[in-house]
Amino acid sequence: MDRLIYLDNAATTPVKPEVLDAMLPYFTEKFGNPSSVYSFSAGNKEVIEANRQIIADSIGAKANEIYFTAGGSESDNWALKATAEAYKDKGKHIITTKIEHHAILHTCEYLEKQGFEITYLNVDENGMIMLDELLASIRPDTILISVMFANNEIGTIEPIREIGMIAKEHDILFHTDAVQAFTQVDIDVNAMNIDMLSASGHKINGPKGIGFMYIRNGLKLRSFIHGGAQERKRRAGTENVTGIVGLGAAVKLAMSNMAERTKKEILLRDYLIERVLKEVPYTRLNGHKETRLPNNANFCFRFIEGESLLIMLDMKGICASSGSACTSGSLDPSHVLLAIGLPHEIAHGSLRLTLSDATTKEDIDYVVESIKEIVDKLRKMSPLYEDFVKDK
Amino acid sequence: MYSEKVMDHFQNPRNVGEIENASGVGTVGNAKCGDIMRIYLDIDENQIIRDCKFKTFGCGAAVATSSMATELVMGLSIHEALKVTNKAVMEALDGLPPVKVHCSLLAEEAIHAALWDYAEKNNITIEGLEKPKSDIHEGEEEEEY
Repeated sequence: MDRLIYLDNAATTPVKPEVLDAMLPYFTEKFGNPSSVYSFSAGNKEVIEANRQIIADSIGAKANEIYFTAGGSESDNWALKATAEAYKDKGKHIITTKIEHHAILHTCEYLEKQGFEITYLNVDENGMIMLDELLASIRPDTILISVMFANNEIGTIEPIREIGMIAKEHDILFHTDAVQAFTQVDIDVNAMNIDMLSASGHKINGPKGIGFMYIRNGLKLRSFIHGGAQERKRRAGTENVTGIVGLGAAVKLAMSNMAERTKKEILLRDYLIERVLKEVPYTRLNGHKETRLPNNANFCFRFIEGESLLIMLDMKGICASSGSACTSGSLDPSHVLLAIGLPHEIAHGSLRLTLSDATTKEDIDYVVESIKEIVDKLRKMSPLYEDFVKDK
Repeated sequence: MYSEKVMDHFQNPRNVGEIENASGVGTVGNAKCGDIMRIYLDIDENQIIRDCKFKTFGCGAAVATSSMATELVMGLSIHEALKVTNKAVMEALDGLPPVKVHCSLLAEEAIHAALWDYAEKNNITIEGLEKPKSDIHEGEEEEEY
């Protein structure tokens, strides 16, 4: 297999060489513990603060509102569990959506067992929440609204500004899981009234195992990890200095080229979507046509199953993902595809392709040709397609 | 995750297709769970399976087990075919990942369903053949954690 076309950038991304270069000295010669008193280590404390500032600037926050974590899942867990604990005297009702990442959904299920009530908002056929339903769900005991900035599977960008306004008007905290949206779309925590935000390093060409949570000053959230005084006593443990340096370098790079990068990705994404919808029959695009992440395309090919499609793409050197049951490890296909109203058998045949700045038009052409060939082959094997053709 | 044999049968599935006026056709599984298998049997007057074809909607393991199952029953008598178990299919494929074992059950069930159809059409009973379940997922439960 000579060719490798990586179109699974929503799953993870490679560390950029300049990011790695920035990190390397902190593994070896600059290994000091940032909490130590001697001057050898003091530089590391400053480096952490400098990177904290870079990250704060990228979302319009203050540096002391950024807390480093091990990644998106930890940030999501922290936001939900800590809010629940700190505000339970005010109320035990939380509003989220049916299409959140499992880091949110499974944490909500955990909280339900602790006596909290969770409202899971529906989404429309494009994966967008409905603001009137959000308004109708708000109760006097609602303490938190958690809605993802953009969906990881179908790419739909939620109306974050409007949700933030509603949350503020009702004096309810607003958390958003921005793991997919961060550095892909403009985020301003003040203009959007976001109180907490989760993000991750490895989705943006940074290293794995590092992320952050933005927590607006003044929120009385408890510590997530008890121990030393790191992260203003809220998240103890010796700082992941190399990770923080890598995350900062990745954010700096991604923010500096965001406009041109996303513009290029949108052009290629739309070219991909147009060709697939035109050239592969019985195919649908999942997610909102325009209000979607610049690098995300998600399709359903009727009569075929996603894992088969992925294996055949893999044999052609194409890395992609699917929301089929076989890839989720359960019998049900993706909860997101079901939430947008797709029947099970169609949801099983989904394919997510997520581009990067390295993706070329030639890559897309090769991928489209491969999809056409594979879908055709799998349909010829499919009893569902056989029945469909006979019924026609 | 898959053995070489599974990959081979997935990439080059044997006996894909339909048989016109088949002696028996069996369809099992359900689209909700993401796998459907249909097996066609051509059975001669001596009750020997002369030809066997399949169509499958499902994952790599589902395709490979269908393919292997058709190979295993080809040329057998209906009584011998009845003894081709999911274990035999799995062994012939050098094993399946635990989460895919149900695919091999589906293959066994698809053969039984096709034999059942044949028996019904010919108004005979095949000893040891029970009315096949159409959905092998019944009773499966997800793990709690």
